[in-house]
Amino acid sequence: MSQVNSGDTAWVLIATTLVLMMTPALAFFYGGMVRKKNVLSTLNLSFIVIAVVSIEWVLYGYTIAFGPSIGGLFGGPAYIGFNGVGNVPNPTYAATIPHIVFAAYQMMFAVITPALITGAFVERVRFKTFLVFIILWSTFVYGPVAHWVWGEGGLFHSLGVLDFAGGTVVHVTAGFSALTFAYVIGERKGYPSSSMEPSNIPFTVLGAGLLWAGWFGFNGGSALAANGYAANAIVTSNTAAAASGLVWMFLSWRDNKPSVLGIVTGAVVGLVAVTPASGFVTPMAAIVIGGVAAVISYYAIKLRQRMKLDESLDVWACHGMGGLWGALATGLFASKAVNPSGADGLFYGNPGQFLVQAITVIVVIVFAMSVTFVITKVLKRIMGLRVDTNSEEVGLDISEHGERAYS
Amino acid sequence: MTKKIEAIIREEKLNDVKDALRAIGIVGMNVCEVRGHGRQGGIVLAGRTGSYQVDMLPRLQLNIVLSDKNVDRTVDAICNATRSGKPGDGIIFVYPVDEVIRIRTNERGHEALMYEGDIDTVSET
Repeated sequence: MSQVNSGDTAWVLIATTLVLMMTPALAFFYGGMVRKKNVLSTLNLSFIVIAVVSIEWVLYGYTIAFGPSIGGLFGGPAYIGFNGVGNVPNPTYAATIPHIVFAAYQMMFAVITPALITGAFVERVRFKTFLVFIILWSTFVYGPVAHWVWGEGGLFHSLGVLDFAGGTVVHVTAGFSALTFAYVIGERKGYPSSSMEPSNIPFTVLGAGLLWAGWFGFNGGSALAANGYAANAIVTSNTAAAASGLVWMFLSWRDNKPSVLGIVTGAVVGLVAVTPASGFVTPMAAIVIGGVAAVISYYAIKLRQRMKLDESLDVWACHGMGGLWGALATGLFASKAVNPSGADGLFYGNPGQFLVQAITVIVVIVFAMSVTFVITKVLKRIMGLRVDTNSEEVGLDISEHGERAYS
Repeated sequence: MTKKIEAIIREEKLNDVKDALRAIGIVGMNVCEVRGHGRQGGIVLAGRTGSYQVDMLPRLQLNIVLSDKNVDRTVDAICNATRSGKPGDGIIFVYPVDEVIRIRTNERGHEALMYEGDIDTVSET
């Protein structure tokens, strides 16, 4: 019988709260980057996900991800309605905290992941369709992938893939699904000829700052205990964010001026990239992971712009490519000296780990893009993905919500 | 005859312009915030990666109503105070004004424009 440890429980409860805070933080991060006629709409796209996915997770989302494995593909129905998820620890995942603490902590990850995707289709998405999309996406993409990577008996979990806090489960799935959604929904009216000027960059800076702080819960909490591995995850996260913010600053400085929007984006990208690695690598490795992530995402944005694809807030470049690099970097820099429950990476003489990371992330990318493509195509056909042209011109705050952000 | 001067100027030059106008006895004016562009079509700002074009730039529009004999002096004062020599310095329009009514006193025409120590008093002394 596992013993509940109050220190571990307290830390994971606090981390749960920190990760919850990240979704409204993301709302402001995105909200600042859209035009002022769509600020409320954009804030709400993230905010409403908290409500929708919280219910989905209690009803059946948790059991899809963490129920007893069915063929390694998804979890069985044991925990439907949080049945049997209570005070007694589930030693498979976290032996020293109540099962319900683990399930609640995971809920916040399930919440923020679809919220990340919203950056792809802001300023034009039909709200009604979006609500259905979140439910379908959480059910058919997030749940299974979380099971493959984190679930006991999951496809890639059995292969020994390392994803400390969700580089693949959260950021790769969100980023590549965002790319797919943007492709299917099409560009905003006027893109790219008219300037889509950010309405409130201070919102974005505020959101990025709160994301940075919340990420200590996201990565630090993933140790599922109040111990040195949690501390290592927090230190590597902070280090990668710092390195990436600095590198991004220099890149934008070289091209024009040290953009504030660029610096805060860089910090977020560093946090994305270090997410899968944070519990397994040294702070020195985190500098490299963060620094390289900034270069990859910076040029991914430029590539996306050259392709004239209106993936509006660059979820793919920041989360997809940042997460992809992070997943691979985990296979390079992971070290058993840092965390014996992990594995050694390529640089520590174990090329097999890099291979497992690569296979996992490639399969997840193909899966996430395929399922998202099918979901969006079907929704486009039966509900319509975007508002009509006039509503788009007026702005979604008025046309979809009957409110305006500023008077 | 009464004229209206409508001057589109750089935001950061407002204090210089006000000082120059006060020096020649212009005591009444109002200012609106406007956005627009001239023939350069805007400027480039730093974005996430490099830069992006912004076409509607913030400027201030000064509105001054005065007797037409004072127009040239006032226009010169504005131009000298706000000119940087770079694109984007702005533009001035001058219109005829049919009537002026001061709400408090119901004075009309030239009377309604008169203030103690204003440009007419200054120019007469």
